[in-house]
Amino acid sequence: MAWFRKEKQKLVAQKRELAADVWEKCDGCGEILYTRRLEENRRVCPECGHHFQISAPEYVDLLFDDGLTEEFDPGLRSSDPLEFVDSKPYPLRIAQAEEKVGTYDAVLTGVGRIEGREVCAGIMDFGFIGGSMGSVVGEKIARMVEQGVERSSPVLIVSASGGARMQEGIFSLMQLAKTSAALQRLASAGLPYISILTHPTTGGVTASYAMLGDVNLAEPGALIGFAGPRVIKETIRQDLPDGFQRSEFLREHGMVDRIVPRGEMRDTVALLLHHMT
Amino acid sequence: MKKHLAELRTLAEERGIDVSGEMRELERRIENSEPKPLTRFDRVQLARHQERPFTLDYIQMMCDDFVELHGDRNFRDDPAIVGGWATLDGKSVMVIGHQKGRDMKENLHRNFGSPHPEGYRKAGRLMLMAEKFGRPVITFVDTQGAYPGIGAEERGQAEAIARNLFVMAGLEVPIVSCIIGEGGSGGALGIAVADRVLMMENAIYSVISPEGCAAILWRSRDMAADAAEALKLTAPDLADSGIIDEVVPEPGGGAHFDPEGAAEALREAILRHLSELGGLDRTQLIEARRAKYYAMGAWEETGADG
Repeated sequence: MAWFRKEKQKLVAQKRELAADVWEKCDGCGEILYTRRLEENRRVCPECGHHFQISAPEYVDLLFDDGLTEEFDPGLRSSDPLEFVDSKPYPLRIAQAEEKVGTYDAVLTGVGRIEGREVCAGIMDFGFIGGSMGSVVGEKIARMVEQGVERSSPVLIVSASGGARMQEGIFSLMQLAKTSAALQRLASAGLPYISILTHPTTGGVTASYAMLGDVNLAEPGALIGFAGPRVIKETIRQDLPDGFQRSEFLREHGMVDRIVPRGEMRDTVALLLHHMT
Repeated sequence: MKKHLAELRTLAEERGIDVSGEMRELERRIENSEPKPLTRFDRVQLARHQERPFTLDYIQMMCDDFVELHGDRNFRDDPAIVGGWATLDGKSVMVIGHQKGRDMKENLHRNFGSPHPEGYRKAGRLMLMAEKFGRPVITFVDTQGAYPGIGAEERGQAEAIARNLFVMAGLEVPIVSCIIGEGGSGGALGIAVADRVLMMENAIYSVISPEGCAAILWRSRDMAADAAEALKLTAPDLADSGIIDEVVPEPGGGAHFDPEGAAEALREAILRHLSELGGLDRTQLIEARRAKYYAMGAWEETGADG
């Protein structure tokens, strides 16, 4: 009766690894996409229009005629004012993020041309500690806006951020005040500021420069809010409505001027600047 | 007791008696009676104490002729922020502050001092009114944070706070902010961009609550005391790092043991700062305020170039 006791062979689904450099799965529709095709489409899913996150240098290429002609403050680095240690020391976290993303912290700032017009810009990178704003992000944004005042150029900021950086404590919070003060100065000089909100933009960045544009533009489907959805859900103990805190919800409630797909962003910005400068 | 010990020592020396046993006992008792220094989390709890004076208490104790003004002129009045005209030392000022409730009923009415966007917009409206009539603005900060809810997001909590930061950065009258209890992140800063920021000795001011920070970075709210240590959120911490301008001492045991004493100390500090700011013209005021915030942060310039 040996056959009776024969061990059943377990059925194990073979997890097929997608070669990340060739194929990617869309978070929007689940479609498996050919990476090269995705890149050609500026990392927007050709099937459902889902906007994948892109890095700061990729966004620069998307918007500017010829990249940034000058990068501002590339040597600015976070120090560790609180000597903050959670699961790892903060300086180690910074070093690892720099290795992964680049040395510009969570924002790349500089000046370039869009349709021939000089624009000072800050482009955030969610890949760097969740695009969190610490002293370096605040300082670079403020200096870049001051450059805008000095050169009489319009200012543009592309946001992607989970909010203020906890590891710098109160110093991070003060960057909300600093960046808003810089934009106040820009506004009194009569210069335009366009804010572009991408997925996700929440917390302290939304509660400062991301919401202060003369014009606020949002990529489709981006999560934009003050509090994160999980915090809201825990506070009110209710399910959140469909589409809550997405770009379309913000447009409906009057918080963003337009929803602009990535492929149309450059033309839209150029047209707005034409009207405002 | 220390005096008693000194007397005993003199007496013993004079007469050559051995009282070392008694002296040791006295010394031990002195050591035990000295209050232990407060931990940061002790201060978090003091800052949240139900009996602590709140904004309306301070207004009542230090001002006369308070006329409360309501509403943001857009949606509704938010009872989590109060404001209006008041007389301080014979002069008209605009007072604005978060207001917590003393009991459950009042807390439900005031949403535990957590404002909605309309609260910030009311505050912004009153600040601009103060500017119009050339009166200084005094704000009292005491909130665990701006409310995270569906309506708050629909009506633009982030925009309401951001707009106030922008307005305060350019306001052409002096602003003095007092952190009297909890300074909860953007919800606190939304009325606290000021020429001078004063902080009660046992108040706290932080980018995130210790519980929230612990939940995210340590994955457990029970680690809140450790998070409070790491965040360095007390008044002495923030004075050391130049974020606030003055620590206002509280009566022994905390402001709730002697609210009048606490209010008097705060009033004295506010008046002193207002009189210093009175010498600046509008441009100097705004430039100095901007310079103050521009200097905040911790970074290093390395030699890297683009």
